[in-house]
Amino acid sequence: MTDSSAQPVPEKDEGNLLQKLELDTRLLGMIGALIILCIGFNFFTDGRFLTPRNFFNLTIQTVSVAIMACGMVFVIVNRHIDLSVGALLATTSAVMAMLQVEILPGILGLGHPMIWVIAVIAGLLVGTLIGAFQGWMVGYLTIPAFIVTLGGFLVWRNVAWYLTSGQTKGPLDQTFLMFGGTNGTLGTTWSWIFAALAIVGALYALWNGRRAKASHGFPVKPIWAEVTLSAIIVAAIVGFIATLNAYTIPIRRLERMFQERGETMPEGLVVGYGLPISVLILILVAVAMAIVAKRTRFGRYIYATGGNPDAAELSGINTRWLTVKIFALMGFLCALSAVIASARLSNHGNDIGTLDELRVIAAAVIGGTALAGGFGTIYGAIIGALIMQSLQSGMAMVGVDAPFQNIVVGTVLVLAVYIDIVYRKSVGAK
Amino acid sequence: MPTAKEIRASGAAPLVEMKNISIAFGGIKAVDDVSVDLYPGEVVGLLGHNGAGKSTLIKVLSGAYQKDEGEIFINGQQVEITNPRDARANNIETIYQTLALADNLDADSNLFLGRELVTPLGLVDDAAMEAECRNIMGRLNPNFQKFNEPVSALSGGQRQSVAIARAVYFNARILIMDEPTAALGPHETQMVADLIQQLKAQGIGIFLIDHDVHSVMELCDRASVMKNGQLVGTVDIADVTDDDLLSMIILGKNPTEGAEG
Ligand SMILES: Nc1ncnc2c1ncn2[C@@H]1O[C@H](COP(=O)(O)OP(=O)(O)OP(=O)(O)O)[C@@H](O)[C@H]1O
Ligand SMILES: [Mg+2]
Repeated sequence: MTDSSAQPVPEKDEGNLLQKLELDTRLLGMIGALIILCIGFNFFTDGRFLTPRNFFNLTIQTVSVAIMACGMVFVIVNRHIDLSVGALLATTSAVMAMLQVEILPGILGLGHPMIWVIAVIAGLLVGTLIGAFQGWMVGYLTIPAFIVTLGGFLVWRNVAWYLTSGQTKGPLDQTFLMFGGTNGTLGTTWSWIFAALAIVGALYALWNGRRAKASHGFPVKPIWAEVTLSAIIVAAIVGFIATLNAYTIPIRRLERMFQERGETMPEGLVVGYGLPISVLILILVAVAMAIVAKRTRFGRYIYATGGNPDAAELSGINTRWLTVKIFALMGFLCALSAVIASARLSNHGNDIGTLDELRVIAAAVIGGTALAGGFGTIYGAIIGALIMQSLQSGMAMVGVDAPFQNIVVGTVLVLAVYIDIVYRKSVGAK
Repeated sequence: MPTAKEIRASGAAPLVEMKNISIAFGGIKAVDDVSVDLYPGEVVGLLGHNGAGKSTLIKVLSGAYQKDEGEIFINGQQVEITNPRDARANNIETIYQTLALADNLDADSNLFLGRELVTPLGLVDDAAMEAECRNIMGRLNPNFQKFNEPVSALSGGQRQSVAIARAVYFNARILIMDEPTAALGPHETQMVADLIQQLKAQGIGIFLIDHDVHSVMELCDRASVMKNGQLVGTVDIADVTDDDLLSMIILGKNPTEGAEG
């Protein structure tokens, strides 16, 4: 039952080096673009761009958009869109800020250790529920997601305003602020421990994948390819952590930290920041979402529905309930981003998350998520977010005028999608 | 093992009985008071012009559409089939005319869509699914090799064989085939014919929609003919000629009035 023209496929040991390594050319392309961008900015800023300090700042600035972009991948792959993420971030941030600043201190007492816990849980819950509600309108009432979330964009932005009467709410709980980045890092030792765990995890995943293939008698990569790949992964993780550790806490700040504890700072002490907790959260979210996308039924159904909604339905997938779950997850991630964004700013401002919906969608799309549905990757969205943030910070550092910054970002967005279309055509995918 | 005809004559409950099924789309009666039945080990052909309502009728059975009126019995028990999951739960498998494949996924993901194999941790086990997929494809279509490409990269016939594999893999008791050979070459069509004979011998009941009267004469035990949403009649293939069937399809007359039932 085959076209007799399509006869057996050639054996595996053909192809160039990259094919043997089974690396994703799209991934390489995006990383290449990011590297070129960074080197370019580094040149124009006389070496100020590629410093541990800027790298550190870049990562913590990217986290909030990147986390939401992970959720947006699922939404878009499922052939929907969410225009309300920035507004939802604002509402959940407002809820958490009101709890921390106005409500809980009155009940529990100022500085009570449970304040941040309750606030975060409440924020995540509110985000998830609002997301689920929007998903229900999309899935069960069959109102187009564009409309539901365009409405949500207006509603939640102004609910946030109403909750806080438009005022800036702060200062937020001290422990809560640790989610912001600079105020909460693992320190060098724990960062290296994390690196070690990450390396073990990554290598285990590689080895496990190979074993699963081999156990069914499928061809596997040659050992040298496996070793090369492992070496690249190890180098990347070590390089990443080493760079973050190399950014040291400024002497003045360090002195203050010691003063607060009533101690005197040892002479010549150098302390690295290490991995920010917010970046750690992003990494955990990304790994979890990538596993969900590739290795769970939920993820498989999202992609199947995006590829052919009718086929998914006929295969017994409850596509309506799936939509609710996807939007609920998106809402949860918006709330998580709200924790990080408001902690980074150390208060809740009325304009928090403004334009984030565009940044998040752009990050997903630059990362190769097709608006027609069915295609998109988590790592792509994160690299997309990094590219966007690098562009923005890089141009600011170079001193590009504000209007030109946005003109460039808009142009890059369109160009990136065009390149993606050309790429897809060239590899013969749809 | 008794043949389908003997089972039918013995008065046993049919495997499937669709009674007085009606379904309308915005005022147009796509299926109008149609009754068909199917016995174990039997192939019943569904014939009719384009738009006669064949696909719509079987989609009621497969859970894709909800009937407006009528009843469905399986082994004599009345069942409610309101979605594709209900149909699968009743061991009804369907090869849709449109194939219903997710084009962006590969063959094994499509084969197991909605029924993925999972590891003990509950994660989708792609390697195991690919192995199973290679197994069944080895039986159905030994030339099939594109296991790791999205099915959008497959030829029409290859796609069709993925859809067929999906329907036969899960031990169906009732198989619905809506023009399963439409995209297939002559050799592959013959393989499907052989497959139908095999499945029939295993006691599976098959509804086969096919426009080719000759293959219906060859493969089916009975044929039900539809015209404009209504049932023209159901005949025993042994009692009719090609021309009889053709005139039923085109003129909507039943030449052997009373031969059935
Ligand atoms: N989802 C739908 N919405 C509206 N009308 C429909 C729908 N599905 C089918 N119809 C109509 O119902 C009638 C029967 O269609 P159906 O697909 O069952 O025909 P068929 O006998 O399978 O034809 P073919 O041989 O071309 O496959 C047609 O008039 C068609 O236009
Ligand atoms: Mg049809």
